[in-house]
Amino acid sequence: MLRAAGNGAITFALVLIVFGSISRHFLDSSNLINIVVQSSSLAIVAVGMTCTLLTAGIDLSVGSTMFVAAAVAGKLLLDGSPASLAVVAALGVGLAFGLTNAVLVAYFSMQPFIATLATLFLGRGLALLITQTRSLNLPDGFVQFGSRRILFVPLPILAMVLAIGTIHFILSRTSLGRQIYAVGHSPSAARVAGINTRRVLASSYVICGLCAAIGGVVALSLLGTVSQTFGSQREFSAVSAAVLGGTSLFGGRGKVFPGTVIGALLIQAVENGLVLVNADPYIYPLVTAVVIFSTVLIDSLRHERFLKASRRKIRLEDVSLAS
Amino acid sequence: MSHILQVEAVCKSFFNVRVLRDVSLSLERGHILGLVGENGAGKSTLMNILGGVLTPDSGSVLVEGRRLALRNPQHAAEHGIAFIHQELNLFGNLTVAENLFVPRFPRRRVLGFPVLDNKTIQQRARQLLELVGLGISTDTLVGDLSPGERQLVEIAKALNVDARILILDEPTTSLTNREAERLFSLIERLRAKDISMIYISHALADVLRLCDEICVLRDGCMVAHGPKSEFSFASMISLMTGQNLEELYPTRQSRASNEPKLEVRHLSQRGVVKDLNFRLNKGEVLGLFGLMGAGRTELARMIFGLDSHAEGDVVIDGVVAQNNTPHDRVRQRVAFVTEDRRQEGLFMEASVASNVAAVALPAYSRFGFVDQDHFAEAVTRVGRSVGLSASALLSREVRSLSGGNQQKVVLSKWFLAKPKVLILDEPTRGVDVVAKHEIYGLMNRFVSEGGALLLISSEIEELLGMCDRILVMRNGEICDHLARPEFNSERILRSAFGAGALP
Repeated sequence: MLRAAGNGAITFALVLIVFGSISRHFLDSSNLINIVVQSSSLAIVAVGMTCTLLTAGIDLSVGSTMFVAAAVAGKLLLDGSPASLAVVAALGVGLAFGLTNAVLVAYFSMQPFIATLATLFLGRGLALLITQTRSLNLPDGFVQFGSRRILFVPLPILAMVLAIGTIHFILSRTSLGRQIYAVGHSPSAARVAGINTRRVLASSYVICGLCAAIGGVVALSLLGTVSQTFGSQREFSAVSAAVLGGTSLFGGRGKVFPGTVIGALLIQAVENGLVLVNADPYIYPLVTAVVIFSTVLIDSLRHERFLKASRRKIRLEDVSLAS
Repeated sequence: MSHILQVEAVCKSFFNVRVLRDVSLSLERGHILGLVGENGAGKSTLMNILGGVLTPDSGSVLVEGRRLALRNPQHAAEHGIAFIHQELNLFGNLTVAENLFVPRFPRRRVLGFPVLDNKTIQQRARQLLELVGLGISTDTLVGDLSPGERQLVEIAKALNVDARILILDEPTTSLTNREAERLFSLIERLRAKDISMIYISHALADVLRLCDEICVLRDGCMVAHGPKSEFSFASMISLMTGQNLEELYPTRQSRASNEPKLEVRHLSQRGVVKDLNFRLNKGEVLGLFGLMGAGRTELARMIFGLDSHAEGDVVIDGVVAQNNTPHDRVRQRVAFVTEDRRQEGLFMEASVASNVAAVALPAYSRFGFVDQDHFAEAVTRVGRSVGLSASALLSREVRSLSGGNQQKVVLSKWFLAKPKVLILDEPTRGVDVVAKHEIYGLMNRFVSEGGALLLISSEIEELLGMCDRILVMRNGEICDHLARPEFNSERILRSAFGAGALP
């Protein structure tokens, strides 16, 4: 998995070099910070997504969860509620979506793909009801949150570091985290080993839902508006970020840090670079496709070399001659 | 003389089929009890009851004299019973240390949060690895370990929960000879520490060597139970089968011709094999012996086009093969039964019929459409050979068949494609004696109908019983060649070990 994360890093470096040589401003420190700020929302969502991918599941409802969370928070803010209440309400939305997915997947044994596809539509519908299909434009006071700094660190970056740090810690240093890897590798072996697989599965969806809600709030603080396409198709960006960072869709393999974080930065850097070089917006998806293809291509090429190198050697004398 | 484990009159049925009838056994503290029986005799069911995976319909299990109703594997583990399964339940993506402590990691509190106590984990893991004699780092990923090392990790895991009764189910099937020796010496050491074991194996020689007592299951009944001295190789086989299988290797009437079906010329691949030459004639069984890692399987994979070779030719039916892919080989009517039945030989979750269809479907098609009647007839024929009804062929997953029947499905799959050359890699591994006998029969029929058979096996007895000629490989080279009159197991082993042909 480190190998795969390395591929994301290689592509990332290539992207920096290419855009850096086309646009003078791309590698400015202000633009680089901008890239990190812009990627914070996606990174948080993708990190949650990684947890479900690690169990060999998926959560397609993250974009909708972002939408509902932002809509609820926006509505409260417009009604004059304090920001803290809005954030807590948004987290409540994330928890509710996470629990719903958790129950469907872990306790009713539904296919994660189908279960979360259903909650995706459920969420979009709810959010459109809440917003009455109108855009919510937040007062400037809240939008400034997105650009506020604490100890020179922009708030979105702080939120990102906190969220990623927590998830990274859970995955690498707690019992639950290691059990997520075990369940993803082999659910049947995990059951035999006495792991409560339902609870582990459920936890990963709850974590993912909470991350999606936080990502929604961060995106809201940056955009200042909840449009009808808020969070739309973010599930695909999140899966892409995780996979670019070396997470396996078959479960059990992948890391939040540096893996998924590099994936999210990579996607954002490409988008940012395309804006800076005034590229035709219609080619954005094409460039994203090229980036995904090349990362995965590097991975499979390296994998093939690796397989060849690790093939069993029997005739020792020949090997020593060859090397 | 205290019994640590007693089983009294246990019965178990599945769907009204009696799998165990009034089975009783007892295990003394610090003893090893060998459990033998054909596949399907009820060994796994009995062990699953002891391991808490299944509950018996009637009868009882006593651990240290206390009657227990084992509810689940954890419950069994709490009473000191550890079941080491045939398919090891380890997590390849976690480290050795982590695997030892799944599911209950030692934890400590940091700021009130429970966090893995890595120091304790590492320390305890090192002790456990030392105990089982495994000199690897605790941070190694289990996915990087050999099957033998995994087996030892699994045992270390059992010792970690203070297991006093170990159930070992076919522990040696995927081990090399050296790894098996290592396992045996560990078993001896554990016995000296008063740990009791139930040892299940088809390798009867190992059972005779390791166990203090032996019991034999047949058709769900305990047909014999006593100290080792009461048993011999032959008596165990006749108890298991209920008949005298004097002729394990059926005699073949047909003779090999002099018409080569498969020739290998100067086959080389750096680091793997060097300058291999041999020919396999019509109607002949050619054996290939070698120690684990001698290059036998690699050779078979090259012949079949699964792996590439740098130099040399594979000649099939007198024609030098131009393309070397499995697809070409199937069209040239070469068949290859791999040593790994579960991963490479079968689609375990698919039905018998779908498995059988995998290779031969094109042969039963016209213009791309399957000739249903013709094919169904062929599949039914296969079913008869493995004892399944036509409906079961479509509904039963291959996974649910016994090892012997699974292997018969693999063979039938290839026979449907009417091969001229058949390569078998360890065809009777993990297969019970009766199924073995049947498989040998299938092999003989194939050869007497003009097929050419390359038989790779680690069992010298099997090669001596079945082959016309035997090649011995060592270190990627063919180092000896014996024709039937000069068959001699000692010479074969000497060549394989590189001890030379000295007297």
